[in-house]
Amino acid sequence: MNFLDLIWLIPLFPAAGFVINGLFGKRMPKAAVGTLAAGAVLIAFVFAAGAVYQLSQLPEHERTHVVKVYEWINAGPAVTTSGEETRFVVDWGFQLDPLSSVMVLVVTGIGFLIHVYSNGYMWEEDGFYRFFAYLNLFMFSMLTLILGSNYLMMFIGWEGVGLCSYLLIGYYFHKKSAGDAAKKAFVVNRVGDWGLATGILLIFATFGSLDFNTVGEAIKEGVAAGQYTVSQPIFIGIALALFVGACGKSAQIPLYVWLPDAMEGPTPVSALIHAATMVTAGVYMVARSNWIYQMAPEALAVVAIVGALTALFAASIGLVQNDIKRVLAYSTVSQLGYMFLALGVGAFAAGVFHLMTHAFFKALLFLGSGSVIHAMHHEQDMRRMGALKNKIPITFLTMAIGTLAIAGTPGLAGFFSKDEILWQAFSSEHGHPVLWLIGAIVAGMTSFYMFRLLFMTFYGESRVDHHTAQHIHESPKVMTVPLMVLAVGSVVAGYLGLPKWLGPNFFEHWLEPVFESVTPAVAAGEEAAHHSASLEIGMAAVSVAIAVIGFLVAYTTYYKKSDRAERVATQFRGLYQALLNKWYVDELYDGLFVNRAKDLGRGLWRFDGKIVDGLVNNTAVSTVKGALGSGWWDRYIVDGLVKFVGGFVKTASWPIRLSETGYTQNYALVMVFGVLLVVGYVLWGTL
Amino acid sequence: MVPIQHYLILGAALFTIGVVGVLTRRNIMVILMSIELMMNAVNINLIAFSWRLGHVAGQVFAIFVITVAAAEAAVGLGIVIAMFRNKETMNINEIDLMKW
Repeated sequence: MNFLDLIWLIPLFPAAGFVINGLFGKRMPKAAVGTLAAGAVLIAFVFAAGAVYQLSQLPEHERTHVVKVYEWINAGPAVTTSGEETRFVVDWGFQLDPLSSVMVLVVTGIGFLIHVYSNGYMWEEDGFYRFFAYLNLFMFSMLTLILGSNYLMMFIGWEGVGLCSYLLIGYYFHKKSAGDAAKKAFVVNRVGDWGLATGILLIFATFGSLDFNTVGEAIKEGVAAGQYTVSQPIFIGIALALFVGACGKSAQIPLYVWLPDAMEGPTPVSALIHAATMVTAGVYMVARSNWIYQMAPEALAVVAIVGALTALFAASIGLVQNDIKRVLAYSTVSQLGYMFLALGVGAFAAGVFHLMTHAFFKALLFLGSGSVIHAMHHEQDMRRMGALKNKIPITFLTMAIGTLAIAGTPGLAGFFSKDEILWQAFSSEHGHPVLWLIGAIVAGMTSFYMFRLLFMTFYGESRVDHHTAQHIHESPKVMTVPLMVLAVGSVVAGYLGLPKWLGPNFFEHWLEPVFESVTPAVAAGEEAAHHSASLEIGMAAVSVAIAVIGFLVAYTTYYKKSDRAERVATQFRGLYQALLNKWYVDELYDGLFVNRAKDLGRGLWRFDGKIVDGLVNNTAVSTVKGALGSGWWDRYIVDGLVKFVGGFVKTASWPIRLSETGYTQNYALVMVFGVLLVVGYVLWGTL
Repeated sequence: MVPIQHYLILGAALFTIGVVGVLTRRNIMVILMSIELMMNAVNINLIAFSWRLGHVAGQVFAIFVITVAAAEAAVGLGIVIAMFRNKETMNINEIDLMKW
């Protein structure tokens, strides 16, 4: 079977699952709903794996396979900014290349595991079928996003996943906080989508096409012909506009605020959408547009700085959160910051590599936390956990592996991808030691808050209340098996991209055709960036050392029975409160935007009530009054005139009326006289 | 030989009787009979002139008048019967539908 030409089918399997579950799921048995949903994703995974395998068999520079299903839009003539005449043509097309093959395997593979896990986790919930319908719709949208062959297809998927994110965050819609979180996610994402839409419009205006390959070729040819130069304003504009979109979807400063609140959704949703797949769409999009970013080093610098700051900022908040899912949420924001840091220093492959490893261990951690929450009967506060190690051993073991992986333990996935990013941040021509320093500090903070989570949840004294303690139980196999698979992934995924001093970087080599540089100058710079292996090993050692420090601080604070946490919290009370309250960013946004928007709404409402409604009401009243007036006029003047004329004629004609008696003989008599008159006139000539 | 004036006087007298009958009687049947009288007065005039002038046209015309009179009597009687069925009267004073 030629899977490469069937990639357009991949999104359709979950779409079919969505349609069936959405329409008939209510009347289907739960097992059928869950199996159908997971099965649809499994088939998609099989097709994706087959297509990727066949892609890898092709020669390196032919590894971009585009399948055009049909011509979707072919609209009116247009003129690009450079004066070329073109048409707005968009295909319903799909593209598989090394970048989208990584994404499609991550999305369908991890998506399938999470679907299986959800069968256990959501079993008791109302609206089981609704959950799986949304989840399948999400898979469809996400696959459209990453497999689309042009920016408009990507935009459709982009909006689709946004919708599903909204629906699934608000899954417990009877809870006000969940509804609010869903709305927040949707509104904040609109801001980002505005940026993405602007970027797409600019791309069309500049290149006259939205097709990835066409745009890429146009840039390469433009550079060769001297039409385009690095740092041209249009490239910076497009790059920054696209990055606004990435900030919204991938939760970067200043648009990250929705992601922590998104934890109101069910835990599998947090794992699938808000950790492993959807939030990485921004990373994918920037990586996909890498030739535009290569032409705009200034925009790359912005990406790197925003990424680094987000990583630091979110990690700092994560240090003190007590809700197990919120710690992981801030961790996600922070790790996404890492990815953007990598993209920003021009190490696109490193960013995508971290995207993949992160998908494994963060999905694992979220699903593990879901398993904990499941065992604890929906208790999420880590202050009411503790000593769960022996009660839920599989969950504990897998989460420990996830924690070690994210903390950067040598040999596990996080180590390889994170060190690649740190190394690139230091050594790449777009990098800077300060960026490396921030990254290293964040690595320490990550290690601290993750071990804090692990110790607070699984070690120490049990702070579980008596009633719950009796019912703690390990999750069923349907939940633990995906955990184990992901744990294995968290260990081995890193070996795809070994650092240069250790072995071949298969992953970077695989992605090379996508990220080849568009300018000869940049290519030369990359060659020059290869520093000595010893320096790289040294940097890796430093970051491991920082991670160990983070671990030790967490160990002594939370594993040993210590009051240090309380002491530090009292000593730096202001700082602690600021961190606990998320740096008051939500309050700031409320003051700056939300309440201003509400004021505006209230003002407009008043304007509507007083001015617009007043105008309408006044018009109505004056119309009624005018109608009464003209009614009077009609009745008495117009009708009066008519009746007067009729009455006058009637009255004035009474003498004539008398002659009309109605008696035939009267008329006959008049006739006889008339005849006599005529005869008399004829006989005598005169009267 | 009877002079033509006698015939004409007879016709005029008959005609005058007919007119007065039409104008003064109240019974519709009598009015119809008066109209017949007037027609026959005219017929006498027609015949008299035909005889006096030695021309046959007057006699032919009289035949036509008799025919029309027969038709008129049929229609007139039909109207009278229809009227009687509606109004149950033969008195022309009680029939004033033509008033405004």
